[in-house]
Amino acid sequence: MEKMTIYADNAATTRTSEAAIKAMLPFMTEVYGNPSSLHSAGQRAKEALESARARVAAVLGCETREVYFTSGGSESDNQALISAARIGGRKGKKHIVSTAIEHHAVLHTLDALKKEGFEVTLVGVGENGIVTSGAIDAAIREDTCLVSVMYANNEIGTIQPIAEIGALCRARGVLFHTDAVQAVGQLHINVAEQNIDMLSLSAHKFHGPKGVGALYVKKGVPLTNVINGGAQERGKRAGTENLPAIAGMAAALEEAAANMDSNAAKARALRDRLIAGLSRIPHSALNGDAEKRLPGNVSFCFEGIEGESLLLLLDDAGICASSGSACTSGSLDPSHVILAIGRPHEIAHGSLRLTINAENTEEEIDYMIENVADVVARLRGMSPVWRKLMNGESSFVLA
Amino acid sequence: MALYSEKVMDHFRNPRNVGVIEDADGVGEVGNAKCGDIMKIYLKIDGGVISDVKFETFGCGSAIASSSMATELIKGKPVEQALELTNKAVAEALDGLPAHKLHCSVLAEEAIKAALKDYYDKNGIEYDAEKFRFADCAHCEK
Repeated sequence: MEKMTIYADNAATTRTSEAAIKAMLPFMTEVYGNPSSLHSAGQRAKEALESARARVAAVLGCETREVYFTSGGSESDNQALISAARIGGRKGKKHIVSTAIEHHAVLHTLDALKKEGFEVTLVGVGENGIVTSGAIDAAIREDTCLVSVMYANNEIGTIQPIAEIGALCRARGVLFHTDAVQAVGQLHINVAEQNIDMLSLSAHKFHGPKGVGALYVKKGVPLTNVINGGAQERGKRAGTENLPAIAGMAAALEEAAANMDSNAAKARALRDRLIAGLSRIPHSALNGDAEKRLPGNVSFCFEGIEGESLLLLLDDAGICASSGSACTSGSLDPSHVILAIGRPHEIAHGSLRLTINAENTEEEIDYMIENVADVVARLRGMSPVWRKLMNGESSFVLA
Repeated sequence: MALYSEKVMDHFRNPRNVGVIEDADGVGEVGNAKCGDIMKIYLKIDGGVISDVKFETFGCGSAIASSSMATELIKGKPVEQALELTNKAVAEALDGLPAHKLHCSVLAEEAIKAALKDYYDKNGIEYDAEKFRFADCAHCEK
């Protein structure tokens, strides 16, 4: 098979779309004014800024004034959690409910809040990688000030029951934040219908530029500044707005929303072909629910091998992928997400994430299946762990 | 800059001495699947000289490359010389390893020492236990 080059790491970042690039350019050439300036150049920029805000709001189903621009998903998550903690703290409510599979932007912010005296309950997920609204309900206490549950997981792609959790939090009078970084542009979102109080999004996950995102905050929920300074973003986020990126984000979001159903259908068909192909590799397993997962997410564990060496050999074959292996993260522990769905450490080290989109082809999928199978076989051939499994000296974990 | 040197990538892509020696004179296995690295070294020793060496490794690119390089460095060498192999020598021969991957070269040194110790034990050869002190892996002890 002729060597191909395939980008299959769209959960890490996506190619910036033509529409986004086109939308950004005028704000680096003609309309370069500062939106805070009173002169006409500044006011033209201000108009563009507010137009972008209205367009983002329209996709989320909220009011324009409920959208705050940030530097991306991590900043949005930080500000949402810190704001909710300050609100809770004022009322003596210092308990936060979240899940074991959140992104580090949420988990590490929660760690910081714990040092300030907050108590955090991380609700576990089932083997399918999905938290139940019942488990969230059971974790909420009298002093709970916030529930934060991601919309879809970045590693295993599992979709959480956001609308159910939103309704539950509304009924129990607890603020609800969702890290929707992986979901926006791929899954239906309406913050009003889904009872979401705060939502984080990041442009580069839906073919927008990097370094820009947004935080939706329901009106009446007071934000705490994470960045202090000027009065931008209604005084809640200082710093001259990154207008080119914001314009690119709005364009990318509109394009993603307009094509969401057709793109999702195409990606799902490719995803299921890839899952079926990789499932034929012996002693492998799909991570996370087969149905309730992002249209482009494929996450597998392969017994007897380690993920980083798998990624390096796939890269040699032209395939850009990702792994939850400890060796790829610079830490000693493998992915907390793969561990949370019940995989033992030695299996979690052998994980592979391929995140595709509607632009991939069946030919590319088949190429990936063939190459992953080859590389897994090659690494197993030099693995003492695999030899022990084959000799019957140890037992397989994955069927 | 790439994560690994060309030398590391060469030994990772084309590992030398992969395999098993069925009638090995010494076998050493170090590491822990929980931590994501296991190295197993097989030695054939004739007249005090390492006449053949094979390895199997479960681990990252630098773990595989370190095993490969370590086997090359001791092949054909007297046992005493192999015993002096340091992780530093392995890392240097690979034109360096990233700081967080240096433990891979430590594992390679320890795997070879474990195999030599096995050879000494099997043959009733006395040795200086000080030379077989392995670094504790704090992570595995947890």
